[in-house]
Amino acid sequence: MKRLLHSRGFVVALVVLVLGACLPLVSSSGYILGLLTVAFYTAVFAMAWDLLFGFAGEVNFGPTFLIGVGAYTAGILDARFAPEISIWICVIAGAAAAVVGGVVLALPALRVRGPYFGLTTLVAVLMLQNFVVVFADLTGGEIGLSVPDVLSVKASVNYWIAFGFMTISGAILFGLSRSPIGLVLQASGQDPVQAGALGFNVAKHKLAAFIVSAFFSGLAGSLMTFYMGTLSVGTFVDLAVGVQIIIAAVLGGRRTVIGAAIGAIFLIGAGELLRPLGELATLIVSVFALAVILFFPEGFLGMLRGRMRRA
Amino acid sequence: MRFWQILIDGFAISALYALGATGFTLIFGVSGVLNLAHGAIMVGAAVAAFAATAEFHLDPYTSALIGVATGLVLAYATYYIAVRPIQRSRAIAEAEKEIFILTSTLLWGIIIQEAIAYLFTNNAKTVVPLVEGVITVLGVRTPANEYFTAFVCWIAIGLLWLVVNKTRRGKAVRAASMNPRGVTMVGIELSTIHLAVWTVYGLLAGIAGILLGMFLGVSSYSVGPLTASAFSIVVLGGLGSVSGSLAAAFVVGYLETLTAYLISPAYRTIPSLLLLVIVMYVRPSGLFGRRTA
Repeated sequence: MKRLLHSRGFVVALVVLVLGACLPLVSSSGYILGLLTVAFYTAVFAMAWDLLFGFAGEVNFGPTFLIGVGAYTAGILDARFAPEISIWICVIAGAAAAVVGGVVLALPALRVRGPYFGLTTLVAVLMLQNFVVVFADLTGGEIGLSVPDVLSVKASVNYWIAFGFMTISGAILFGLSRSPIGLVLQASGQDPVQAGALGFNVAKHKLAAFIVSAFFSGLAGSLMTFYMGTLSVGTFVDLAVGVQIIIAAVLGGRRTVIGAAIGAIFLIGAGELLRPLGELATLIVSVFALAVILFFPEGFLGMLRGRMRRA
Repeated sequence: MRFWQILIDGFAISALYALGATGFTLIFGVSGVLNLAHGAIMVGAAVAAFAATAEFHLDPYTSALIGVATGLVLAYATYYIAVRPIQRSRAIAEAEKEIFILTSTLLWGIIIQEAIAYLFTNNAKTVVPLVEGVITVLGVRTPANEYFTAFVCWIAIGLLWLVVNKTRRGKAVRAASMNPRGVTMVGIELSTIHLAVWTVYGLLAGIAGILLGMFLGVSSYSVGPLTASAFSIVVLGGLGSVSGSLAAAFVVGYLETLTAYLISPAYRTIPSLLLLVIVMYVRPSGLFGRRTA
């Protein structure tokens, strides 16, 4: 603990966090705060994905399945029973539903590996998408669902909620990844047979990873629903959203948790900066991400770490 | 009447799916690569053929050839830009190469898709059919192009079968899919085999893309669904098994056509997705896959 408190990374993280928390006091621009709020929720999506892929070694192509289940559960509950039940019950229900979704998703993962599991998760997203469109009365279908409640109407309050949520989630996920559980997960991801032979219950640990990842994805999805006030397939479930989360995590550096958050904030920021270029924006971001993956497979944090080691 | 219509439409769609998925499964069988840029390559070929006619006023046959050539070029580009550097990289652990290739081909596919959207807009495009007119069989009026599509698909698949089973290079490819190390031991360079497979893949994807463009039309939005459908057909049939993919393409093609005709076009993809989920749970290696997968 003492070593952690004195490490350079911790000091840098602390400075960044303090600066981040003070931002709304300096800048009252709703545009920047709103952008960062979305970036922070995306950061939680990416960190939860990194726990599952980077550590448990499960190729999850469908992070948006867990996010979507959480967001739609919270949104539908609120839209149906708005004044009677509070927003927080909806958020908790969303997170709980995502955990159930995570367990359902984990069942095939314990049986099949690699590309087969990847496909299962892909199919899960497509099924959810079809479900939303078919049961349009309940879910709002392709047009989307607007929820009566929002977290807050003030940009700074929304910013602080998202920022605090990201910080706490990041701390928990990072702590978990550095704990003995994280090590066991990493071992079972790399060689499940050997990890089992060493006496670790691989299935139990993987299930736990799915539950934790699903919990944070669902929670972030529900909170983001109540930040935006609307809910649609395009923003929560679509494969493109999932692809962005995966790119963010790989870009930032796998197996780092924090790197996933950096990657997500970078991606959202870069996409917004390049917006004047119109359709070229996605093209440029994709080319950049491909270059990073090809030339710096360790991602942003890996590049930093390599430089520090050499210095 | 409706029965014949479903039979004929389903046959054309299935043949198209089969052609699209064959190249995809061949690459996986030989080099273990799942190419997520698949849909983008198909759409790229179709859009090139469309542009050749619409913008340069070439005749349909030349346009189709240009489309196939584009498919081939895109397949080579995918191999040299997104696949080979990762296969040869020392910085990436062997166990992680799979996810890296998945991510890089996915990104490469997005790059192609966005480039198409930028250069040719998102609008749907139809390639001018090579054969015109309508054929009436058993009281069902069907565009001649539909029969032509099925015909070309089967010719291409038949040629592929001949090449893989009867030629020396083809046999080497088949051997590589069974045991890559054994192939290198008898003195065949694996990288030339990979290149041969990507060539075949590029041609097949190009042809499939153009036929799709003539039959249903394409847009940059069809990239994702095309990759997903090839992926699910291939898994349904068993990864790496070409005959399995052919059978699975027919199962999916007819299931979709039946649903679209009898229930509603909106539910078109749901039954095949459900089937896929059931197969994954009950028999993860696919309907015809090798058990070791």
